[in-house]
Amino acid sequence: MTDLVAYGIAILSLVVAAYAAWHTYRRRDLGNPLFYAVGVVEIVLVGLLIGGSIALASTSRDVDGVLFISYLLTMVVIPPAAVLWAIAEKSRWGTGVVVVSMLTIAALSVRLLGIWKGTYV
Amino acid sequence: MSERSDTSHGFGRVLVAVYAVFALAASARSIYQLIAEVESDTVVPYVLSAFAGVVYVVATYALARNHRRLALVTIGIELVGVLAVGVLSLVDGELFPDQTVWSDFGQGYVFIPLVLPFVGLWWLRRSASVGL
Repeated sequence: MTDLVAYGIAILSLVVAAYAAWHTYRRRDLGNPLFYAVGVVEIVLVGLLIGGSIALASTSRDVDGVLFISYLLTMVVIPPAAVLWAIAEKSRWGTGVVVVSMLTIAALSVRLLGIWKGTYV
Repeated sequence: MSERSDTSHGFGRVLVAVYAVFALAASARSIYQLIAEVESDTVVPYVLSAFAGVVYVVATYALARNHRRLALVTIGIELVGVLAVGVLSLVDGELFPDQTVWSDFGQGYVFIPLVLPFVGLWWLRRSASVGL
């Protein structure tokens, strides 16, 4: 768990958020490209869950494990929920939910780094 | 754009999503604090976190299920809460030794807790004027 990982994920999800916002602005439905983009974020987050769990088990840092794992799990759950919701909403705002979800991932990723370093909570 | 006149569709879907995030953030933080960190001299922020969590959860439910009166009440409490706690945390920092969602007008959450109730009230008005 390094700055590179946390900020890399934050930047990736911000890029996808911008792409989703463009969909919202142009009143486009959730299409394949955006779906795959969210899919990439989800795969990275599953990787983060696995990698983060291993790192937590092997680190000598004083990390709050319960908090750390709960953040990892929350992050994995968010993108699929957003996609389901985006498909259910037939107006322009369906992709707006994807924007919110990706911004949330970015915020959680930065906060996760704080938990790892012990600078938060 | 034909929007349905209840609070959970169209733009309301985005609003419910944001409220759901804050319902989760506030209540999870509160449960965590109550289990892991509570001490007698720091009870105010923990009780407040719990209260804020409940307010967000109820507001999310009210918006998602189109309970307008309940939404109005909870969003009103939320607005008063973020303003009152924001002022109090600036005036007397010792009252809130630990963070809550509403401390310093929600600064720790990029001031979204401050903006959200205004958006919520606007949406309640707006969605009422379309149709019905």
